[in-house]
Amino acid sequence: MSVEQPYIDIYNQMADKVKAQSSAPLNALRDDAINALAERGFPTKKWEDFQRSDMRERYATNYGMNLTQFNIDFNPYKTFKCDIQAIKSHLFFVVNDVFYSNDQKALDEIAALQKQGIVAGSLRQVAKTHPELVAKYYGKAAKWDVDTTVAFNTAFAQDGFFIYVPKQVQTDFPIQIINVMNGDLDMMATSRNLVVVEEGAKLQLLVCGHTSKKYNYLCNRVTEVFVGQYGTLEMYKLEDTEASMTNIGSLFIEQQADSNVMVNEITLKNGFTRNNINVELLGEHAELNLCGMAIGDGDKHIDNHTFVNHAVGHCKTNELYKYILNEESVGSFDGKILVNKGSQKTEAYQSNRNIVVTPTAKMYTKPHLEIYADDVKCSHGATVGQLDKEALFYMQSRGIPEAEARMLLMVAFANDVIENIKIEALRTRMHMLVERRFRGETLVCNSCTDHCTK
Amino acid sequence: MGLLEIKNLHANIGDKEILKGVNLTINPGEVHAIMGPNGSGKSTLSAVLTGNPTYTVTEGSVMFNGKNLLEMAPEDRAREGMFLSFQYPVEIPGVSMVNFIRTAVNEKRKYQGQPALSATEFLKMMRERKDLVELDNKLANRSVNEGFSGGEKKRNEIFQMAMLEPKLSILDETDSGLDIDALRIVAKGVNHLRNSENASIVITHYQRLLDYIVPDVVHVLYKGRIVKTEGRELVAELEEKGYDWIKREQGDL
Repeated sequence: MSVEQPYIDIYNQMADKVKAQSSAPLNALRDDAINALAERGFPTKKWEDFQRSDMRERYATNYGMNLTQFNIDFNPYKTFKCDIQAIKSHLFFVVNDVFYSNDQKALDEIAALQKQGIVAGSLRQVAKTHPELVAKYYGKAAKWDVDTTVAFNTAFAQDGFFIYVPKQVQTDFPIQIINVMNGDLDMMATSRNLVVVEEGAKLQLLVCGHTSKKYNYLCNRVTEVFVGQYGTLEMYKLEDTEASMTNIGSLFIEQQADSNVMVNEITLKNGFTRNNINVELLGEHAELNLCGMAIGDGDKHIDNHTFVNHAVGHCKTNELYKYILNEESVGSFDGKILVNKGSQKTEAYQSNRNIVVTPTAKMYTKPHLEIYADDVKCSHGATVGQLDKEALFYMQSRGIPEAEARMLLMVAFANDVIENIKIEALRTRMHMLVERRFRGETLVCNSCTDHCTK
Repeated sequence: MGLLEIKNLHANIGDKEILKGVNLTINPGEVHAIMGPNGSGKSTLSAVLTGNPTYTVTEGSVMFNGKNLLEMAPEDRAREGMFLSFQYPVEIPGVSMVNFIRTAVNEKRKYQGQPALSATEFLKMMRERKDLVELDNKLANRSVNEGFSGGEKKRNEIFQMAMLEPKLSILDETDSGLDIDALRIVAKGVNHLRNSENASIVITHYQRLLDYIVPDVVHVLYKGRIVKTEGRELVAELEEKGYDWIKREQGDL
């Protein structure tokens, strides 16, 4: 039997129940999505966009699915503390694939944002209370033609976070969403997120991924983001999970004219990670800053795949990804920027720089630009190297031990990605986390009761 | 017993022998100049003494402070009191001067069983020593040597020397690329740090630097060996006559 078949069987058995507890905007796409998965299967390494990450293999494990969406007995507000929680924010949790609203704090935060005109909360709930708002955007940016994990997600996803920032509104504090996996069995989470930043609105969003237990988990999270004219979005994504985690994330962004988006994606600690980012620049003078960093050790696998489409001219993309790979870890960067015919005056810069610390670590990099316009400024490049031996010796000759010198150089290498973080408290925190990561210290801080009682 | 005792030191880079039996003893309080034509092995000697992994020692011994220097890791040599002012100081983007030098100072203190300096103590020390070589305040917040001018890099070396208070400082072509003002500042710093407990090796081509840092002993290194050792008057002689007479003495001309 194929890897896909059990999921298709489950869908056939459960679709009616899933649709009954879900609502029209989400249900509208489910059958098409499962058919696409049945027809094409999960992506394998033979697919051009998946040369380093076999999705079929990842889905072959028999994970439990929580299709009835029951809440597990776990209140993250009481027991879970993320390491960057010290930052003042509107805090929400998605536990596995259910938006957590069983604590008064979640309701208070929803109410606080509502006062500012912002609709935030559970996608499942909002699809019922504001069906026209969800239907207007849901599934409009996410495409599954080149990635059937998105079809899988569309068939099964029932919940996740929803944020709508109306015209000219800006949040008082960043919104922080913590995706946390928790459950005493191997399981899968399929969640769906939708973010709408309207004309002239501004949102700072922190999305963290954690596991609170060491079971085998697979997360498939699809996020769609729409940024209107003059809208601004800063999105910081942090992964701090365990070796037993498979994280498959897809982010689809549509930017209108004069909008400004920054995505800063930091893979601090993980298991097997595949991040897809797809950005459509649909209006002139849109600007995108896309940066990321990954730290690998053990047999970790970190694959970042990005695609930016300059559909119109006069837009700007700045892309920078950095990897630091230790031990046997494997990194992959596959980034493409497409400048369409007629997209004149495009500026697009792409850079991927990597340090492979040990001879057994591997880095695959494939930076590419496809340009069909003739009046553009574009560049792309990649480097793979080791730590600078002369710099190491220079530091040692001042009495700094080799291990410390290596650490300082690795931290220094990561610095310019962290310096892009515009929230000062988060930047400071991230400097500390990265340093602690390189020192091999535990990341989750002492305040976290869930980790530290073990 | 000398602070540094080098006996019959041979060293290679790859298969090529560069040092071919160097003998040298340096006592506390002394300043030794090592001169010699290009390619004679002056910089190799400083690299070997500080433990640069590019070079392999094939024969001989080096005792520093009564300890076997050649068995020590580069960082331990530094913490024992060895310091090299690099001919070409290395730029380290992303590592700030403050962080770098604080780590170095505290590592040395840890090695000597002293507690780490408090932030206030450290900053005070840094301010004093920075003034010694007239190093700009702003440089402290920049990355190590990144974007420093040639003169700033060399002054930064002497600043680090002042912070680390070494027993033996090796100044490798510290005068190269310096204008006369920078040279004076560097020399002033070195002389200020000079005392009866420590010693220096000044590697140079020219008399210029030795007018400011006056050596007690002058050696000529030629083809990997010290072929002449005299008092400071040798500097003037070399300046006047060049190295040809030495080469002739060695039967090469």
